[in-house]
Amino acid sequence: METVIKTENLTKRFGDFIAANEISFEVYKGEIFGFLGANGAGKTTAMRMLCGLSIPSSGKATIAGYDIYRQTELIKKNIGYMSQKFSLYDDLTILENIQFFGGIYGLSNKQIKDKSESLIEQLGLHQEAKKLVVSLPLGWKQKLSFSVAVLHEPKIVFLDEPTGGVDPVTRRQFWDLIYEAANRGVTIFVTTHYMDEAEYCNRISIMVDGKIEALDTPSHLKKTFAATSMDEVFYQLARGAKRGD
Amino acid sequence: MKAVVVTNLSKVYGKEKTRAVHDVSFSVEKGELFGLIGPDGAGKTSIFRMLTTLLLPDNGTATVDGFDVVKDYRQIRNTVGYMPGKFSLYQDLTVEENLNFFASVFGTSIQENYHLIKDIYIQLEKFKDRRAGKLSGGMKQKLALCCALIHKPTVLFLDEPTTGVDPVSRKEFWEMLKRLKTEGITIVVSTPYMDEASMCDRIALIQMGKIMSIDTPENIVAAYPVPLYAVKADNMFLLLKNLGAYEKTIYSYAYGEYAHASFRNVSDEAEPVKFLNESGLREIEIYQTTPTIEDCFIKLLKN
Repeated sequence: METVIKTENLTKRFGDFIAANEISFEVYKGEIFGFLGANGAGKTTAMRMLCGLSIPSSGKATIAGYDIYRQTELIKKNIGYMSQKFSLYDDLTILENIQFFGGIYGLSNKQIKDKSESLIEQLGLHQEAKKLVVSLPLGWKQKLSFSVAVLHEPKIVFLDEPTGGVDPVTRRQFWDLIYEAANRGVTIFVTTHYMDEAEYCNRISIMVDGKIEALDTPSHLKKTFAATSMDEVFYQLARGAKRGD
Repeated sequence: MKAVVVTNLSKVYGKEKTRAVHDVSFSVEKGELFGLIGPDGAGKTSIFRMLTTLLLPDNGTATVDGFDVVKDYRQIRNTVGYMPGKFSLYQDLTVEENLNFFASVFGTSIQENYHLIKDIYIQLEKFKDRRAGKLSGGMKQKLALCCALIHKPTVLFLDEPTTGVDPVSRKEFWEMLKRLKTEGITIVVSTPYMDEASMCDRIALIQMGKIMSIDTPENIVAAYPVPLYAVKADNMFLLLKNLGAYEKTIYSYAYGEYAHASFRNVSDEAEPVKFLNESGLREIEIYQTTPTIEDCFIKLLKN
């Protein structure tokens, strides 16, 4: 199995505060990896380091084969990112957003044209292509921004709570997109507060107070913690959290 | 007298006449914990803003404590508590200054109603000199709840208090609400998390500005019209594909580690199992399961 994310004792300190404390794990090509933890556990800090946006205090990591200290620009080129908060430009049309992000990631005009057409086709957005993104319902926006995040065929895509507030049917359609991308070999690194979505991941890690306290497949985790649901596993681990919010 | 009565309430926005709230009616009993359950964009915030007199309805009427939301807005503003979905306290005031400010605006003091906020405020007390803008998300949420409670409101409106909050903190938040309920405060709360519905006395399921169903969580679940099955097999992806293709399937979709499915014209699970077996799936596990609010919501959306 090809390893696309590898961290060893990755640590980030802010003064006396250790936001991420010696985290070590590997993620494989095409895997759907769930990155869970309570608010304040250090998920965002860890994710910012993995995306090349924040330099670690100590430890090692490679993302898509690139070093997290020295090759952050190459990391950024080879990953995709979406979150619930920042997704697309509301005051650009759907087509303009696709063109803009395609351009940012260095696709040629021809590639952008082909990609735009197939993407609009795939999402069934013909009617809406020239409408402003602001007029789209949240679920559509999130599906579109996922598609834009993988437009440049990144090796890894980071999804930060992509389905927050989305209705249950659209939430499932969103996961169909995730499965398709994973089947094409894109590695998915996803955070969520929906515990049923944790079940859709191949493996998940649970962070507590800056450390990874558990990492396994959902079914093994349930066995280990003698729990009937992921909700219970999460509760057992996160209940003991001392910090956070 | 009911705490909240909403009759045929409607709200339309902008040139494009987007229907945010469409002909919505419901009422909330005194002391009830009532939930508006629906995704972002369903119209929950617009309803809250009309009930708290911050937005004028285009059609219909609503009363809070018997006061009309248009004519008697002054009375309503004095008696209700409102925690908006977006953090709206003063970022450059400290925790204590914010709380003092809200108490004094409503002509009361922190001491007078301290018993209401004690459990929550204790967790904030060590940060009382910190500016509100510098608090973590969970702490901001707790402070906002304290500020909405400090004048002992008759009705407390909480707009998505748990959005983006982890499952453990969400559970704690709902336990706080249950304690407040015992103080006799009527609570109207909205959430996009379907699993929180069971914590409410009654719920309204809302989508695209319309209420699809309104009842106790138990009754909504009991009204699910067909048997619902939880199914598992060696390959989830193929299982979902095959369930979708099965001619007797009514609904099928992923639900955590299982797929949920309902079938027409089958007497028991033997028939679908036979079909799945013939489709090449192995290790099939199937049992009849109790629908959740999320199952009910999905059914309503697909109708």
